[in-house]
Formats: sequence, C-alpha cells, structure tokens
Amino acid sequence: MLFGFLKDLDPRLRSRRRQWKERIIQGGLFLCAFLSVITSFLIVVVLGKEAFPFFQEVSILEFLGTTWTPLLEPRSFGVLPLVCGTFLVVVGASMIVIPAGLSTAMYLSEYASSRTRSVLKPILEVLAGIPTVVYGYFALTFVTPILRVFIPSTQIFNAASAAIVVGIMVLPMVASLCDDALRAVPQTLRQGAYALGATHFEVTTRVVVPGSLSGIVASFVLALSRAVGETMAVTIAAGATPRMTLSPMESIQTMTAYIVQVSLGDTPAGTVEYRTLFAVAVLLFAITLIMNVIANRILGRYREIYE
Amino acid sequence: MKTTNLTARQRKAYLFRLICAAISWMGIGLLAILIFHVTSKGISWLDWQFLTGFPSRFPERAGIKSALVGTIWFISMTACFSIPLGTAAAIYLEEYSRKGPLGYLIEVNIANLAGVPSIVYGLLGLVIFVRGMELGRSLLAGSLTMTLLILPIIIIAAREAIRAVPNSIRLAAFALGATRWQMLRFHVLPQALPGILTGVILALSRAIGETAPLIMIGALTYVAFVPEGPLDAFTVLPIQIFNWASRPQEDFHHIAATGIIVLLAVLFFMNIIAVSIRHHAEKKGKV
Repeated sequence: MLFGFLKDLDPRLRSRRRQWKERIIQGGLFLCAFLSVITSFLIVVVLGKEAFPFFQEVSILEFLGTTWTPLLEPRSFGVLPLVCGTFLVVVGASMIVIPAGLSTAMYLSEYASSRTRSVLKPILEVLAGIPTVVYGYFALTFVTPILRVFIPSTQIFNAASAAIVVGIMVLPMVASLCDDALRAVPQTLRQGAYALGATHFEVTTRVVVPGSLSGIVASFVLALSRAVGETMAVTIAAGATPRMTLSPMESIQTMTAYIVQVSLGDTPAGTVEYRTLFAVAVLLFAITLIMNVIANRILGRYREIYE
Repeated sequence: MKTTNLTARQRKAYLFRLICAAISWMGIGLLAILIFHVTSKGISWLDWQFLTGFPSRFPERAGIKSALVGTIWFISMTACFSIPLGTAAAIYLEEYSRKGPLGYLIEVNIANLAGVPSIVYGLLGLVIFVRGMELGRSLLAGSLTMTLLILPIIIIAAREAIRAVPNSIRLAAFALGATRWQMLRFHVLPQALPGILTGVILALSRAIGETAPLIMIGALTYVAFVPEGPLDAFTVLPIQIFNWASRPQEDFHHIAATGIIVLLAVLFFMNIIAVSIRHHAEKKGKV
C-alpha cells in the first residue's frame, strides 16, 4: 500500500503508467473499429467457402440456366427465374418509389412550410421504422384483395403486391435522401432563376432538380439495392414459385425468398441444397455491393460542389 | 399573347404544387390505412390470454408470451454487445484515426456493410456462431448476429454525436493536462451521450423488427417455453407473426394482426424513450 502511494507521487512513473494506459485503451478502441473489416472479410470467406464447391459441381453455364428446381428431382440449377422474380419486384417498386419519392422530396424542400415539414418528416420516419414483416402482412391481406377486385386473375401470391409494399417501404429513404440533396442547392441559384422570370415550377424542375441530380440518382440506386435485398415482404406476399415470367400478377420467387424457404426446412450442411443457399447469396451480395459502390461513386464523382 | 402564356405557366406551377402535396400526404394516408387495417383485423383477439399464452395449433388458444419474452431477452443481449462495441469504434474513428489507408479501409467497409442485405448476415451468423462456435440456435448466437448487423448503424449515429461536441471542450481539457482518454471519458462522451443513445435506440428498433437473419440462424417458430439463459432456444415477435401470417387459415391471419399490434406497441414505446431523451438533452443544452 505504502509503496503504491509513493509510486503515485513519482511524476515520471505516473506519466509512464498513464502512457501505457492510453496505449492499451487506444488499442482496444482500434480493435472495435477493425471489427468491421473482420466482418466484411468473414462474409466473403463464408460465402466463398460454401459457394466454391457448389460451382465445382454445377458449372457457371448451368447456373445461368432458366429452370430452378434444386430441391426436386430432376434437379436443375438455373438461377435466372429467381433473378427474374427479384427483377420484377425491383422494377415494380421503382415505378412507385421514383416518382413518389422525388415528389415528396420536392414538396418537403421547395413547397412545404416549416410547420408542415415538422409534421411530414416524423411520419415518414415512422413509415421507415415499420418492420418488413408487417409490410408483408399488409401486402397479403390488404393489397392483394384489392388487386383481385380490379384484376380477378391475380394469384393469391403475386409479384405486384410485393412490389407495391416494397415501394412504400423504401419511399421514406428516397424522400429523405432526395430532400437533403435538393436542400443543398444554394438559395442564390433559385433567386437567380426567379429574377429571370421563372415560375416556382420552372425553378424546381429546371434549376433545383438538375442541380442536385447526382444526389437524386444515388438515392434511387441505394433504394433499389435495398429492394433487391428485401426479404420478408417478398417471402410472405410474392410466393414460392421460381418462374421466368414478366407478369406481375403471378406467383414468383425472389433470391431472398428462396434463401428463407430453404432455411425454414431442415437442410443438412454439406449437401448441394445447402450450398445453393450460398451460391444464391453470393449473387445477391454481389448485386447489392455493385449497386452500393455505384451510388457512392455517383455521389463522389458528380457531386455538384457549391461554395 | 404573352400574358396568356404567363397564366398558363402559372397554372401549371400551381397544378404541380398540388400534385406534389397530394403525393406527400398520401404517405400519411398509407400509414393510417395500415394501422387501421391491422387494428380492425386483430384488436378483437387482443386479451390477457393472448399475452400470456404459448403458441398453439388452435388460434383461439394461441398466445405470444414466448415471443414477447424472447424479444426482450434478445434485444437486451443485443444492446449489451452492440452499444459498447459501436461506441468504441465510433470514438476510435472520430478521435484517434488519422487519415491514411487503414482509416480509409475501415470507413469504406462500414459504408458498404450498412448496405449488405440482412439475410447475408443471417448466413454469416449460421456458419460462424451457430455452427463454427457451436453456440447452437441460441439467444447468444442470434444476438451476436444482430450485433454485427446493427453495428454500422450505431457507429454512424455515434460518430455524428461525437462530432457535434465542440472542439473547444477538447482543447480546454488538454490545456488542463488531461490525457486523451480522460478528455474523452469525462468531457466528450457525457456530452455526446444523448445523441449516441438516440441512435442506439433507433438501431435497436430496427433489430426488433428484423426477421430474416433470425430465420437463417434457426430461431424456432414453435417455442412453448420462456428462455431462461443465453444458450436457450428462442423465438421473437416478428418470427411468430411471420409464422402465423404464412398459414392459410383466416383465424391465424387475425392473430398475426394481433401480434403486429403488440410489436408496434413495443416499437412505439422505444421511440417514445428516444424522443424523450432527445427532448431532455435539448432542454439541458439550452439552460
């Protein structure tokens, strides 16, 4: 005890101990930050380790075929029906989210008073916070019955209802990102256009939107990448029938829904069925990663720098 | 001629404004429809029996107790792992990391991890935690998986909160002879805490609603017991809802709606906490 007390009094020892403590703390903090790199590394290793043997058994050409029946005899490993299903949902969702998201953002940034804004923004945040399984339920029990009233041939599980709710789901994200982009356009540009006699509409569509195009396009790409990875809503509402079709009223299966379907069953590790999970996941991961990189590139390269 | 042109242009401007406003308010309409739809379907099944019963083959006897308790266990454990890890990573990135290839690598990684589909994290958790570390299909494996998923969100929010602390406070602490860690521990972190907590609660609300990764690691859909330790099997609210919603019988769709009411109530409660923390901090900041 006495010795410790003396040690505390020695300024040189104290400062050395403090330095050690500082270094250990910095090392610990660094490890926590480095965990993200480890996570990425593990994702690539885990996916690659199981997908590699799959591609030794099934050639890439077969994988790009048009029949997907990996769980039934005769087996076929053509992934295109799943890609087609995902594509249908994403295109449908983008038809909703691109016009609706951009108009909401234009309203928020160019028209709404600050009071309206303070009401609308939190509501959009609430929409963004609703779990995807709830959207799936909504699609199945609300959207599909309505679609069946208008188009009676609609199947119970269909791509259209899934696409509609996925569009609603990513709407808040697009609206918020576009809103940020529109608001970054300096006020002087708007005033310049008004001074030249432009109407509010012309200022918005010919000055503000072109002036923030990179941010707008990047937000679309990010939203679509989320739609590609969206799982529960499409699993509940879009069905489990891998099919090459462009009709949104039919039951389809997306890549994510396939992964859920297999993991709900009891698939032993090491079998081909188990490995299909990882092959599909590799494709899914690659598509979303490319889309995210593109979005970040657009933001980085074409960002209009004001002031 | 020119004046008519101007009126036409102004009419167009007015119309455009109306359309934008209508589409924006549709968002509110949708939220109202969604809540009304779920409530009207499920409210009549919401009773004490539902909250305290276990899942059952018979809809009138089915309850949500195991899922509700499972969610509470699961989210508490996820919070225990993700809050210290995420805050520490944010502190390192904001206060220690210098510009260089390593810092850049970590930044790019976090940005990309935030965009990885949740189901891929599920596969990661299945291979690493469930099989590799032999944790089985347990609460521990589930919350570790979810921690990896929400870490990027927490890090991004915590970094913003730390960045908002004015630099003069850091300089003042240094001037009084504080080490870097003392400065962070006693001055920067207390100030950034409300911001960090708000971000954490939002990230945890996302974790409560996530379903896909937990299905991947095999959280069971039929659990007729309450988990008692971190190595027990478990189920959570969204998985139970998914299970009910994917059954063909109409009655199960009704109890799925009742489950959604409970889930939304939990989320609402968490959001209230986040808002009141933010409110409290703002009031304190003004005085």
